[in-house]
Amino acid sequence: MALKTMREAISEALWEEMERDERVIIMGEEVGVWGGTYAVTKGFHDHFGPERVCDTPIAEGVIVGAANGAALAGLRPVAEMMTINFAFLAMDQIVNHSAKLHTMFGGQMTVPIVIRAVGGGGRQLGATHSQTPDVAFAHFPGLKVVSPGTPHDAKGLLKSAIRSIDPVMFIENATLYQVRGEVPEEEYLEPIGVSKIQRAGSDVTLISYSKMLQTSLQAAESLAGEGIEAEVVDLRTLRPLDMGAVVDSFKRTNRAVIVEEGWRSYGVGAEVAARLYEEAFDYVDAPIRRVAQREVPLPYNRELEQQMLPNMYDVIEAVKGVL
Amino acid sequence: MATVIRMPKLGFDMAEGTLVRWVIGEGQEVAKGDVIAEIETDKATVEVDSQEEGILHKHLVQKGSVVPIATPIAIIGEAGEEIDVDTLVGELPELEVAPAVEAAKPEPALVAPAKPSDKPEVQVPEGIVASPVARRLAKEHDLDLTSIRGSGPDGRIVKRDVEAAVAAAPSTVPAAAFVTPEARQATREPLSKLRAIIGRRMTQAKQQVPHFYVTIDIDAAPLMELRKQFNALIPEEEKLSINDFIVKAAALNLQRFPSLNASVDGEHLVRHAQVNVGVAVAVEDGLLTIVVHDADLKPLRQIGSEARGMIERARAGRVRPEDIEGSTFTVSNMGMFDVDHFIAIVNPPEAAVMAIGSVQQVPAVEGGKIVIGQRMKVTLSADHRVTDGAEAARWLQEFARLLEQPLQLAIS
Repeated sequence: MALKTMREAISEALWEEMERDERVIIMGEEVGVWGGTYAVTKGFHDHFGPERVCDTPIAEGVIVGAANGAALAGLRPVAEMMTINFAFLAMDQIVNHSAKLHTMFGGQMTVPIVIRAVGGGGRQLGATHSQTPDVAFAHFPGLKVVSPGTPHDAKGLLKSAIRSIDPVMFIENATLYQVRGEVPEEEYLEPIGVSKIQRAGSDVTLISYSKMLQTSLQAAESLAGEGIEAEVVDLRTLRPLDMGAVVDSFKRTNRAVIVEEGWRSYGVGAEVAARLYEEAFDYVDAPIRRVAQREVPLPYNRELEQQMLPNMYDVIEAVKGVL
Repeated sequence: MATVIRMPKLGFDMAEGTLVRWVIGEGQEVAKGDVIAEIETDKATVEVDSQEEGILHKHLVQKGSVVPIATPIAIIGEAGEEIDVDTLVGELPELEVAPAVEAAKPEPALVAPAKPSDKPEVQVPEGIVASPVARRLAKEHDLDLTSIRGSGPDGRIVKRDVEAAVAAAPSTVPAAAFVTPEARQATREPLSKLRAIIGRRMTQAKQQVPHFYVTIDIDAAPLMELRKQFNALIPEEEKLSINDFIVKAAALNLQRFPSLNASVDGEHLVRHAQVNVGVAVAVEDGLLTIVVHDADLKPLRQIGSEARGMIERARAGRVRPEDIEGSTFTVSNMGMFDVDHFIAIVNPPEAAVMAIGSVQQVPAVEGGKIVIGQRMKVTLSADHRVTDGAEAARWLQEFARLLEQPLQLAIS
């Protein structure tokens, strides 16, 4: 199987879906002629034309608002937020329109929109452009929130997101675009709302997604050298959250560490830990730990920024704390 | 037309009853046979059925009241009917509300009760720190957490500790049970209503009734043989028990020798017209006495079928007032428990109670030779105010004769 980068996998998913279904269009800042800030849509403008690959004004509310309208009118728009931090400017369109039109109008219409948004820190972009606010979007019923951690899942999940009749926030991580992984040549889909065991182990369950999946897998490899076998569960989707693989794994290991790049308070770790205590209390052998970003606006200074972000050593330390 | 429902008399010596619970509320419809209220007598809690249909207009006594028999307790009428309660029932007496009937308040516990969060499934003594999975595993393997050393942070008992204890279980379990007696705690709970009633009545009987006891050894072989022949002829569900023969024999004997079918009432001796034989029935957390009325007049098979029905109802908690009222003599049979013999307490106002032991194979002397006999010991407990030893002994002698020639029981 071919090794491909996350960028290639996402690009392939978009390309294949645009070839498959002419209702699929792309809208965003610099997605057309320039080929995308992260070069995900390079070549799309020339191939599919400016009507289907639309450069927009620098106005996120307009991008998502226009995409909502296009979706209501029967298209399958993929709206790109250059970074997820800019999605705050489109918050009303996302949480009040994309997420709610279907239910507020008694199911008369669907909003089959995908909002691709790039998040994550660690690239010295400053506090306002380095956030991981995934849980803010996952808080809202009506939205699906997907965030893959491997090229394989990115391609399969993005294709499912484009085909979904529900609005989907598809959150990518800028530092993962160069990560390589096996991607099948033949067409495939990955289901939204299904978590997955990415590495088997028996001593502790690491629960993460997106970039922290890669961090957790690295920590697991390191721990294996010390004789500690960590099982790594990838949530892949934050809403709807699938606890199936998480609970199954936890019932075997009885210990868990949840790893997320966003802040700890009210985070993914808080949600998953609460669900584990609710659904698997009689299997708890140690307090569940959370690894997350320190609770500060992310510094610009490179060293300070790295200190604030969770890394492999934080995960290893937390694992040893629960064993 | 409005009807007044009155406190029923549910027994020979019942003077009053406590209205424990209204089952049908004011304004609700009542059909014939519906249970209107639950009444507690000093024998049991029984249900009062409605003989009328209509709307229950008014409760005349409040829940918990101690109500003399025949006192109006409720009015049933037609829907929308105007009812003048005063002219219908007149002045109502002031009633005492029995505190005992209120929901039993838990008394201060002897030991601190478990907090609701510590489900009783795992007894975790204070100071023990164990993870949930360790607690669950310990419970599954019936291990005492106090006997397990915790290897987790601050000595927390974790899964691996319990697993190690399970692996070593055969040696650690007995030792654990021995070294930690403080893990076993006494509990304290209010007496059930039935236990309280039994306790009150038995204490009263033992304190106030001068008991004496006479025991006789009866040859049960003819009875066993006759029962076998009978039961071969009748359907399975109607098969007669030894106790059915005993009830019949006791009833016939009381009819012929009525001195024990009597009660002391102050300065008077009341000789009962009917022979109503009570049978003690073990029920959950106590016993009830069901009553075969006019047992002297009823054929054996009818006694058998009535007793079976009442015993089933008693065990199912659906006893009817007539099932337990009016006994004049009681039979208590523990034959099914392989007891040699035992002594029962008289159940006032009855004058006597008869305790039946098991039919046992024992060496018996017949015609100067030792043979295998089937014998049954019967002990009569009697009230010395009513009768004396010689009379009781004669009574028992006749009772034995009836059982030893049991064909009489079938034809009379």
